Amino acid sequence: MKAYVSLFKMRLLKGLQYRIAAFAGVSTQFFWGFMFIMIFEAFYSSTSNPQPISLTQLIQVVWLQQSFLVFIMLWFRDNELINLITSGNIAYELCRPTDLYRFWYAKLIAQRLSGALLRCFPIIIVATLLPKPYNFTLPPSFTAFILFLITLILGLTLIVTISMLIYISIFYTMSGTGSLLIFGVFGEFFSGLVIPVPLMPEILKKIVYLLPFRYTSDLPFRIYAGNIGLNEAIVSIGVQVVWILILLALGKLWMKKALRRVIVQGG
Amino acid sequence: MIEVEHLSKSFKVKKRDAGVGAALKSLINPQYTTVEALHDISFNIDEGEIVGYIGPNGAGKSTTIKIISGILVPDSGKCNILGHTPWKSRVNHVKNIGVVFGQRSQLWWDVPVMDSYNLLKDIYKITHKDFRNTLELLTDTLDLSTLLSMPVRQLSLGQRMRCEIAASLLHNPKILFLDEPTIGLDAVSKIAVRNFIKTINKEKKVTVILTTHDMNDIETLAERIILIGKGKILLDGTLTELKNRFATHKTVTVDFAENNAPISIEGTTILSRSDERISLSVALDKIKVSEVISRLSKQFEIIDVTVNSRPIEEIIVDLYKEYQI
Repeated sequence: MKAYVSLFKMRLLKGLQYRIAAFAGVSTQFFWGFMFIMIFEAFYSSTSNPQPISLTQLIQVVWLQQSFLVFIMLWFRDNELINLITSGNIAYELCRPTDLYRFWYAKLIAQRLSGALLRCFPIIIVATLLPKPYNFTLPPSFTAFILFLITLILGLTLIVTISMLIYISIFYTMSGTGSLLIFGVFGEFFSGLVIPVPLMPEILKKIVYLLPFRYTSDLPFRIYAGNIGLNEAIVSIGVQVVWILILLALGKLWMKKALRRVIVQGG
Repeated sequence: MIEVEHLSKSFKVKKRDAGVGAALKSLINPQYTTVEALHDISFNIDEGEIVGYIGPNGAGKSTTIKIISGILVPDSGKCNILGHTPWKSRVNHVKNIGVVFGQRSQLWWDVPVMDSYNLLKDIYKITHKDFRNTLELLTDTLDLSTLLSMPVRQLSLGQRMRCEIAASLLHNPKILFLDEPTIGLDAVSKIAVRNFIKTINKEKKVTVILTTHDMNDIETLAERIILIGKGKILLDGTLTELKNRFATHKTVTVDFAENNAPISIEGTTILSRSDERISLSVALDKIKVSEVISRLSKQFEIIDVTVNSRPIEEIIVDLYKEYQI
């Protein structure tokens, strides 16, 4: 266990080295945040029908999406892992007395956490200070906040479980581009990062609810915004756990199979 | 300690000719060939040995190292290293071994060397006391003290290699696999690395298997060599045996006062001849070197004599030729 903690620490240190990148990231996220908010504002002011999510709630979701971007994006990749496989440096990873799946899992979680830690606070703080109705506000209740934290952490676990599948696929394809692109585009759409899930047509919503992707970002953020109630939140936590367990088992099995046929590239 | 029996491994390699046409064809109908990297490899290595594992490029040296260090799974064969089959109980096996791949890096590129070592300490669950002792020893013998606080990317190749070797010994492994540890190093670093390997072999009884193309490595380190070519073991014996078998000639070079009398001594062939110098290849089974020199001294006024054994490099080249690899 200590090894994973220490690996985590190492990753965190490495992530913290890149302050300028984090600053650039924060600026970009603001740009995107404002753009989304303006689009939705135009949409809301052109319709008189009541929508399944209010503009204020949606603004909360947008700011959360922007501050936790590295938590929720499937395309956020770890080039180091990809290079390990394609360049053959995986040889050294396999010389260590650790379970490779868990080892990589720790790496990926750490990478996302270190990225988010640097970025989320500045965005949240500045977004809170914005004038109404564009500002970021407190959640409707303390319970909602706790549920948000739980679902956010489970969501992070889930997204890393999904992305592990991408990395394992590189053992077969030898390039991360394809898997990342497919998973990235699908994942982004089905987790409601392009069109918010409440605004989707009913049939699409049904599909979205059947897939694991929305449980990584749509769920925690809408809980925070107050768009998802207590009962639905608790049921959804169960769904998150089930998805994590299924994908974890699948990933471990696949990894075991992939390692049996691993070829160390480049002599 | 290390028992390897009938190890075989083949790779499937996608094959296509150069060019756009061939690339398109291979897109629709990919052609594969099977390359037999290892074919029925068997050997035993005892505790405390240093074994040089040599062979031309692509002979299967690295593949063997990768199989016995638990990275690759062979097609067939048995292997027992300290009671473990590497590819079956990988995690338990790798605790006992240290591996250095000369062409790869196990240190974290962006952070100081010491951070990587601390991570390895936790990965291998090394106690604080053991870690300090080992690190002290490694720092002294490999002269690392100034390097530990430097980011890896700012180290020279020689400095990095010393750090890499130290990294694979932090957990006090009983066996050390070195895959081309001196590749690309300058003379000073090479000697430092060799001395270090000798030291840990003597003092800590670490068993060392090393692959290399540098015959000086072999000459200074290995008592035993295993020659592999095209995936088969061709020769397994001591360096002296090898030399006796193949060093059948010596070269005698003589400088003398100007003289152009013809000369012919039975059992020798003239390699070069000028008015002041002659170079002879002496067949040792036909004539002694001393005999050749005395015959020459009768005829010439000798100024200087040098006698050279055939360098081990040439012997290896001959071996490769003999086995057609």
